[in-house]
Amino acid sequence: MTTAVLQPALALPVRPVEKATAEPPWVRLLLIGLALAFLGIFLFVPLAAVFYEALRKGVGVYWQAVTEPDALAAVRLTLLAAAISVPLNLVFGVAAAWAIAKFEFRGKNLLITLIDLPFSVSPVIAGLIFVLVFGLQGWFGEWLSEHDLKIIFAVPGIVLATIFVTFPFVARELIPLMQAQGTEEEEAAVVLGASGWQTLWRVTLPNVKWGLLYGVILSNARAMGEFGAVSVVSGHIRGLTNTLPLHVEILYNEYQFAAAFATASLLALLALVTLVLKAWVERRFAD
Amino acid sequence: MKHRLLIAAALALTTTVAAGADITLLNVSYDPTRELYQDINAAFAKDWEAKTKDKVSIKQSHGGSGKQARSVIDGLDADVVTLALAYDIDEIASRGRLLPQAWQKRLPNNSAPYTSTIVFLVRKGNPKGIRDWGDLVKPGVAVITPNPKTSGGARWNYLAAWAYALKTFGPDEAKAKDFVGRLYKNVPVLDSGARGSTTTFVERGIGDVLIAWENEAFLAVKELGPDKLEIVAPSLSILAEPPVSVVDKVVDRRGTRKVAQAYLEYLYTPEAQDIIARNYYRPIDLKVAGKYEKQFPKLQLITVDEVFGGWQKAQKTHFVDGAVFDQIFTR
Repeated sequence: MTTAVLQPALALPVRPVEKATAEPPWVRLLLIGLALAFLGIFLFVPLAAVFYEALRKGVGVYWQAVTEPDALAAVRLTLLAAAISVPLNLVFGVAAAWAIAKFEFRGKNLLITLIDLPFSVSPVIAGLIFVLVFGLQGWFGEWLSEHDLKIIFAVPGIVLATIFVTFPFVARELIPLMQAQGTEEEEAAVVLGASGWQTLWRVTLPNVKWGLLYGVILSNARAMGEFGAVSVVSGHIRGLTNTLPLHVEILYNEYQFAAAFATASLLALLALVTLVLKAWVERRFAD
Repeated sequence: MKHRLLIAAALALTTTVAAGADITLLNVSYDPTRELYQDINAAFAKDWEAKTKDKVSIKQSHGGSGKQARSVIDGLDADVVTLALAYDIDEIASRGRLLPQAWQKRLPNNSAPYTSTIVFLVRKGNPKGIRDWGDLVKPGVAVITPNPKTSGGARWNYLAAWAYALKTFGPDEAKAKDFVGRLYKNVPVLDSGARGSTTTFVERGIGDVLIAWENEAFLAVKELGPDKLEIVAPSLSILAEPPVSVVDKVVDRRGTRKVAQAYLEYLYTPEAQDIIARNYYRPIDLKVAGKYEKQFPKLQLITVDEVFGGWQKAQKTHFVDGAVFDQIFTR
């Protein structure tokens, strides 16, 4: 019964397929080849090399390297830093982008410049800022020491440094998008009686969700991979203040190359997991 | 939600780890001692538990000696520091005021439980024919040594070269300066720590000769194979005495003075001295030293005190901003 109904739809007139380009085949092959070679050399080979080196001495060595207590502590710390910094930056990024894109106010340019600041200063400087402020010889050093509070050379410092370097990602991703969309839809919503909160949840956020997701992914990738700023405030205490990238460096310096690459592959795997999550979210919530 | 779960999981895991150990100490050390203190820590923890029933776990932090001292001054909570040279601990005493100025008198042998010296590491077969310091200034010889501003080992390297020049060309500071200047003209990369230089030389294959801690050279040969590298002992070198100390302000705040003190005293026991020798540091215990005598090359060793009048003076003349090193290393 159903098939009979569907029949007319399939009986559309068949048109010949038109070619998308008119270039000769060799030009197309050359361009495709160049693109693939570029991808291969700069993305695939390094990634493959990491896993190859990691597994070169066998699965046993690999497993031992990634389950060793110091490595697990590094994984925990890295995840913790990302788990704190990414949501904070998400909330701040949305708020800042909303304010900047949808409203006019004094000091707007100053705010934009400040958001960009972490992009323009070197991560090492970012780390040193925290040493100068919270270090024992720094502004609050004496006070912190008297109250037995640890900021730098401890987990809070690492989280602070991570927040600092990942600060712009969400906001920077959203601002151009929101500006391009203008304020008409929001105005319509308000005219129809929506509250500010309803407008944000039902109009503004759905419009920027892909940009938001991308900002979060970038922010997360940087949070897990940051080396410079974290290295300055870490103090390099094994099992306590070493993040995954710092642990990789330590292992490499200890001639434990297989273990270093095993840990590096863990970092790469975390990145891949993030990308898979993103693909899943995209499919799940696609329009 | 995912993130909240993660935070909860991470916090839960951190607390369980912390609950397992009764006492933790932090040993802030310089670059090449990683392997040494891994062994020492395990042995000390066992010894301490047998004596007091307390479990002690010792955390390690490594880097260039000067950089590590800087971190302790900036608030890295080191219960003990085991650095490359006395000057760096002096800095913690004078700039950080974290321990008394006379710290070096508190343990035997100027608070140095082991000594070492500076040797050369060359590629197998010694293709450039490097035998002594004089060969390092020849044109076309690339020398690898770390930055004396941040690395303790590098300062020993520099002073050893200076002492050789003084002895070879007579006590003439100008000639020594010229010699060391020519040596540093042959240095293509200055890493921030001794281990960084070793990786530059060994892994990245840069340079013809690495000026290195004796223990670091032995370790590199052991880890990477005697078919690739060999050690050359110069005619004269420097007696390096890497000192150790409790950081008073930190142990008093954390209540760890007793165990930190015991940890450092343990380094002087025959048991620890044996571990020290097995990690290619020269033990100061005569009996243990006798046992491992054949392991170490015999060479003439001068001290910083007799040639340079102590570390404070050497630092002031050679390594502070604008001093001799800055004058010869301008490019």
